[in-house]
Amino acid sequence: MSGLRAPPRKGENYELSADLNSEYREKRKDAIKKVIANMTVQKDVSGLFPDVLKNMQTDDLEQKKLVYLYLMNYAKTQPELVILAVNTFVKDTDDPNPLVRALAIRTMGMLRAEKILDYICDPLTKCLRDDNPYVRKTAALCVAKLYDLKPELVIENGFLETLQDMIGDSNPMVVANTVAALSDIHAAAVAAGSSSETFHITSTILNKLLVALNECSEWGRVGILNALSRYETTDEREGEHICERVVPQFQHANGSVVLAAVKVIMIHMRHVKSENLNKQMIRKMAPPLVTLLSNPPEVQWVALRNINLLLQKRPDLLQNEMRVFFCKYNDPLYVKVEKLDIMVRLAGDSNVDALLSELKEYASEVDVDFVRRSIKAIGQTAIKIDAAAERCVNVLLELIGTRVSYVVQEAVVVMKDIFRKYPSTYEGVIPTLCANLDELDEPEAKASLIWIIGEYANKIDNADELLGIFVDTFTEESYPVQLQTLTAVVKLFLQKPDGSQGLVQRVLNTATKDCDSPDVRDRAYIYWRLLSTDPGAAKAVVLAHRPPISLPRTTVSPQLLEELLGEVSSLASVYHKPEETFVGQGRIGIDTVQRKSADLADDRAAAQKALQTVAIGQQAENLLDFADDGADDGQQPSGLAATTMLTSTPAAANLLSGTSSNPLDDLVSIFGNASLSAPSVQPQSAAPLGGFGFSMGGAPSPMPPQTPSVLQAASPPMQQSGQEDLLGLF
Amino acid sequence: MASLIAILDLKGKPLIQRSYRDDVPAAYIERFLPIILDLEEEGAQVTPCFTREGVNYLHIRHSNLYLLALSKRNSNAAEIILFLHRLVSVLVEYFKELEEESIRDNFVIIYELLDEMMDFGYPQTTESKILQEYITQESYKLEAQVRPPIAVTNAVSWRSEGIRYRKNEVFLDVIESVNLLVNATGNVVRSEILGAVKMKCYLSGMPELRLGLNDKVMFETTGRTARGKAIEMEDVKFHQCVRLSRFENDRTISFIPPDGEFELMSYRLSTPVKPLVWVEAAVEHHKGSRVEYMVKVKAQFKRRSTANNVEIYVPVPDDADTPKFRASTGTVQYAPDKSAFVWKIKQLGGGREFLMRAHFGLPSVRGEHDSMDKRAPITVKFEIPYFTVSGIQVRYLKIVEKSGYQALPWVRYITQNGDDYSLRTALEKGSAPIVPM
Repeated sequence: MSGLRAPPRKGENYELSADLNSEYREKRKDAIKKVIANMTVQKDVSGLFPDVLKNMQTDDLEQKKLVYLYLMNYAKTQPELVILAVNTFVKDTDDPNPLVRALAIRTMGMLRAEKILDYICDPLTKCLRDDNPYVRKTAALCVAKLYDLKPELVIENGFLETLQDMIGDSNPMVVANTVAALSDIHAAAVAAGSSSETFHITSTILNKLLVALNECSEWGRVGILNALSRYETTDEREGEHICERVVPQFQHANGSVVLAAVKVIMIHMRHVKSENLNKQMIRKMAPPLVTLLSNPPEVQWVALRNINLLLQKRPDLLQNEMRVFFCKYNDPLYVKVEKLDIMVRLAGDSNVDALLSELKEYASEVDVDFVRRSIKAIGQTAIKIDAAAERCVNVLLELIGTRVSYVVQEAVVVMKDIFRKYPSTYEGVIPTLCANLDELDEPEAKASLIWIIGEYANKIDNADELLGIFVDTFTEESYPVQLQTLTAVVKLFLQKPDGSQGLVQRVLNTATKDCDSPDVRDRAYIYWRLLSTDPGAAKAVVLAHRPPISLPRTTVSPQLLEELLGEVSSLASVYHKPEETFVGQGRIGIDTVQRKSADLADDRAAAQKALQTVAIGQQAENLLDFADDGADDGQQPSGLAATTMLTSTPAAANLLSGTSSNPLDDLVSIFGNASLSAPSVQPQSAAPLGGFGFSMGGAPSPMPPQTPSVLQAASPPMQQSGQEDLLGLF
Repeated sequence: MASLIAILDLKGKPLIQRSYRDDVPAAYIERFLPIILDLEEEGAQVTPCFTREGVNYLHIRHSNLYLLALSKRNSNAAEIILFLHRLVSVLVEYFKELEEESIRDNFVIIYELLDEMMDFGYPQTTESKILQEYITQESYKLEAQVRPPIAVTNAVSWRSEGIRYRKNEVFLDVIESVNLLVNATGNVVRSEILGAVKMKCYLSGMPELRLGLNDKVMFETTGRTARGKAIEMEDVKFHQCVRLSRFENDRTISFIPPDGEFELMSYRLSTPVKPLVWVEAAVEHHKGSRVEYMVKVKAQFKRRSTANNVEIYVPVPDDADTPKFRASTGTVQYAPDKSAFVWKIKQLGGGREFLMRAHFGLPSVRGEHDSMDKRAPITVKFEIPYFTVSGIQVRYLKIVEKSGYQALPWVRYITQNGDDYSLRTALEKGSAPIVPM
């Protein structure tokens, strides 16, 4: 063999080859170590395969491990040679020493060479029944490895049944690994499109798992708890029983055990109707969640992301615990950012003063990003708690007083949102804001200030002068600023026609002639026509009263929230994104869609998801931007709530501030309020639209929401009617 | 479930790696650092987990190393991140220090450990004491018949059988760390006590231990009345040896301990704590010439206690120079690497109060970028022996072993600073809180 490969006659590998064939044991062992060292630094030593293989039969356990390690790395590249190793492997699985038996079976499963798979079955059968639990626990996982390579072999050899039996093993570690293997196989089978449940957790298995839970190692507990979360029960008493048995795990020192227990409780609590018991569970959950913050920062971050989700579902969870989320000076930025978000979530009348003084403190730290986020948090607090708005505004004014450029700019942006929530309340602040006009160089801050000037044009004496500055530099500004300038000047003209005619003429001229953005140009044309044909209509459109904004309670849709809470501590719950968006090739895999549509039980949920997608699409196109606050059912964040500055979708965020790139939005938003005389028209027009959007989507296959956008269908009554129509379609 | 674990240097080059599953090729390791650099460039924050092109990167930092796990599935993030931390602590116990050099020197044993600690992406044995029983640094011969310790798969996976000591002893250390944040106006904004009960067990056989504390909830559930003070622990975490269901039932802490040193339990109390060591600093800033500090320290605990090794870190501007100190007790040093000066007091008696003054020169010209003052808080380190802030007490430690030997328990109490005992500095009167750009 080696003759065929004709290794070079000199060089390091040649010398190693000679050493590997040396007659002295020590020399051979040193050579193996050198080979592994080279492998570690990613030098290619695959050519030495036959020489290394010769050293496999040895009494020296360390040497054996090294040779095995080498085999694992290069078996794939030399499949035809691996077969030579099979004999030794099989012999080793009969070794009197359990360490050797386990090592052999573990490594065989990792070789991933098609050719040797047939040889693995007999030793594996033997090892699964070994008297030593160390061998059995290793063999259990080996079944999952084999399933990954060749599922048929596992099924033909009845390994699945063997594993099912092993759940009752006397040794908790074996049980834990068996559960891990079965769950792994189950996940692989589901991903491959299998419809039957490979690992169905019956109530007998449930009881075995509950017993093993208290005895096995920390990592084993995580696996068992994950399996428990998959158990489906509709029986309330059984749900209670599971919760009661799992609650003691909150006291485990390992944070992943705690989070896995939280997950099980969150899932099985759904069936528990007793409000009292629910409250009790939530109360027991709070202290361990807080304690997770004494972990290293990376773990804290995972915990914080999950706490954020839990709070969206149960805002009462950590009611009195806001202080533990105060940022430490040395916290990494990613931890601080999450803490800020949670602090705002926990803000209430009783603790808002403490929160504000903290936020003010953060706003004077060095990290620009953190400072900005802290200022944003002040704005969010103002919008969330009416009673504290004035205090928030005062803090913002103090910050503007520092005249630090980025602080001022962020504060201006935040002030705009406060004006939107509390119209005509804090006009006294406007002069201070305008005084900082020259400091602003960021588009968002400029656009915000211009919006404020336009909105209060009749109360600002020199509004025309201020806006004139921006009209002068119109073509140099970014598009959001241009759009905002345009609208603000028109607002000014409609409120104070005398003296601003020239300005409006100038801005319309520039926008229609010299501007290269179609959005800006089109909006200018619309204004122009409105103004020239019917100034009354123009007034109704441009100066329309807009409903105030509010802070959304959830950042993801309710359905997605439920889904994510069922996956606490997983990557999905950390990213706040459904699994489909990041598993597979990074896009919504076709296989996923097929799998889901195959699942009939999911159809109803799927239909809802699809509806949501449709609704999102419509919202994104601003076609249905009329929000009906009164009819909000409290479950769904209203369309308006979704458009606060919180959202990551700039289009939505800009929508109500009038900075939207879509000139239609002003028109449409007026309909929401002005056409109250014909409210029945909208629901009717909405339903066909929903239907249309849906049929455009093609087959009634569920389309998972592409982004966990907060955007929801505009008004619930409309959505319901749309839903009925759609369900009729099925 | 991780597909691959790697340890990388700061340049993103893998020092050692182990693949557990085939679904993520090793080539993805090399993409890790470029992604981080890109994120930093874009001004996005780098979080411990992120996803790119269908591959999930989970990482932690340890001194000059990245520990990275890759996965393609929707894996359990908490489990993997905690596993990486556990890997660090095991490697530290093996090599004292975990750095590039110790990895290069010990790659054989690290491979062995990686093989034993995780299988097919699922964490296995991560107790370093058990691992040390069958993975040792001295190479051994198979003739010696190294077998997997029974403990690896035992229901008692943390203790081996057949341990023998001539003198059976147990040492209990009750250590309370105080975390505290005082704002510039002198109010305590946040405070918590993190307690830990650490044990050193030198006991033969398989002893059953029961620990009794003055736990308020326990007194309430058993209907007994406490003699003296009882404390209310907000959250208790136990080493895996403690029977959790037993604790849930009647608050009994019963366990078979591992051999040697370990942390039995930790607990948290968020009752308001008076700052035990109070520090206040008056700062006088003369822009472009000098800055002066007057620091006052006060021990706010009973006279019979003493705080040892008190260290007070007072932050100063980065560009401060020519330090001058005068202290009524202890020594003061300038620590330019930390942009602070340290006032060290060997022993600070309860109720005592001391003063110190510091004087620094400042350059007359300041750069544009540092016009924003870093306003780091004052931090304090201290240790108060024979004292616990919470008032926790060990009421008994019962040791029962079938051979019936008598064992001696020893108990020690100590209170110290936590990792965040900080006092925000007051701003001088009359100056703007933030200097304009």
